[in-house]
Amino acid sequence: MLRLNPEQMAQRVAADIPDGSYVNLGIGLPTKVANYVSGDQQVIYHSENGILGVGPAPATGQENPNLINAGKQHVTLLPGGCYFDNAESFAMMRGGHLDIAVLGAFQVSERGDLANWATDNDQFPPAVGGAMDLAVGARRLFVMMRHNTRDDQPKILEACSYPLTGAGVVSRIFTDLAVIDVTPKGLQVVELFGDNRFDEVQAVTGARLLPPV
Amino acid sequence: MIDKRMASCREAVADIPNGARVMIGGFGSSGIPLRLIEALRQHGAGDLTIISNNAGVAEEGIASLLRDGLVRKIVCSFPRSAGSVWFEKRYQEQSVELELVPQGTLSERIRIAGAGIGGFLTPTGYGTRLAEGKETRVIDGKGYVLEMPLHADYALVRAAQADPWGNLIYDTAGRNFNPMMAMAAQVTIAEVDTVRALGELNAEQVVTPGIFVNRVVAQERQHVAA
Repeated sequence: MLRLNPEQMAQRVAADIPDGSYVNLGIGLPTKVANYVSGDQQVIYHSENGILGVGPAPATGQENPNLINAGKQHVTLLPGGCYFDNAESFAMMRGGHLDIAVLGAFQVSERGDLANWATDNDQFPPAVGGAMDLAVGARRLFVMMRHNTRDDQPKILEACSYPLTGAGVVSRIFTDLAVIDVTPKGLQVVELFGDNRFDEVQAVTGARLLPPV
Repeated sequence: MIDKRMASCREAVADIPNGARVMIGGFGSSGIPLRLIEALRQHGAGDLTIISNNAGVAEEGIASLLRDGLVRKIVCSFPRSAGSVWFEKRYQEQSVELELVPQGTLSERIRIAGAGIGGFLTPTGYGTRLAEGKETRVIDGKGYVLEMPLHADYALVRAAQADPWGNLIYDTAGRNFNPMMAMAAQVTIAEVDTVRALGELNAEQVVTPGIFVNRVVAQERQHVAA
């Protein structure tokens, strides 16, 4: 089967972000999406610490230690961007003002439950950050993840075994094999990459998929 | 005549007692009152409850309080940043208690404490482990969790500019949790880069009105007419 690399996955997610959207990109893989939103599209990026209009990384020597994104990386502010406090930033999420959030995930269930903040490894202290607020707040929640774990276990399941970030919150799943929508009828495959066959993708998925129409 | 300026960070934190609940502004490396935290560490009050988004990295800020064994409990959304070795060590040896709060719930709990609200219903966390044991309600088919206000005895905040009345202006994303924390504590202490004379701050740009600020310490010694 064709497995997209992370750059190709980011490119595929970017293609589904409409012009003029307000978007929050989660830490890690999702941040790559910004590299592939086409130049003639205007997308306004939100960073939960308190920025709208996040721009690219500054030139070396131009960093402002206060101007960082949620991933704690130095960023810039685009013309038209603005700052606000953390409570207002999360009001934007919970209040349904953000069009799209793109998050990574450990697991997604067939009902659109998301697990992306904790495994059951008690060695490490838990950390949740803004993931639960983004999960319930963004109008559309895109998950961007590999279809399977490194030891080939499915990450799309009938029910998540890891602690939930949010219940019934995922809209669309972008994996390295396919694009899948969470619908009231079930997990609807909307696109298979390359020559990937439905039965092959179904075989590495832990929940029943509906074939593309 | 109102003048909230203090000569030093040491003087500004001198009355913080053992067992105090202390809010500390900042997000990652941004907008943290590092000099006030260092003064608090040297002051040596222990058994502290620290309320902050992160738990400090390396040997700096909150990490230095954890290292010196001054912290009993931390209320936090993201304690596990790269390099947060002192938090991890204290957590693993079970000498510090963690109350993990989703970030937007943390800032709103702080905000409502300052605003005199007795609690709020949020969809965040509904149906998850972080809502276990909390009251829930379903309104128009959507589930909500009851969250309570988070008060503090002291707030240590960081801003760019102040005036002698304690009005504050922030720098870029350094604002983060600082304005809500300034509202939620009995005593708010602001560490700022510059103190300007009364009337020199643009009143339209003041983010934290001075009513929420009790003490101001300038980064460098500044002598301005009050």
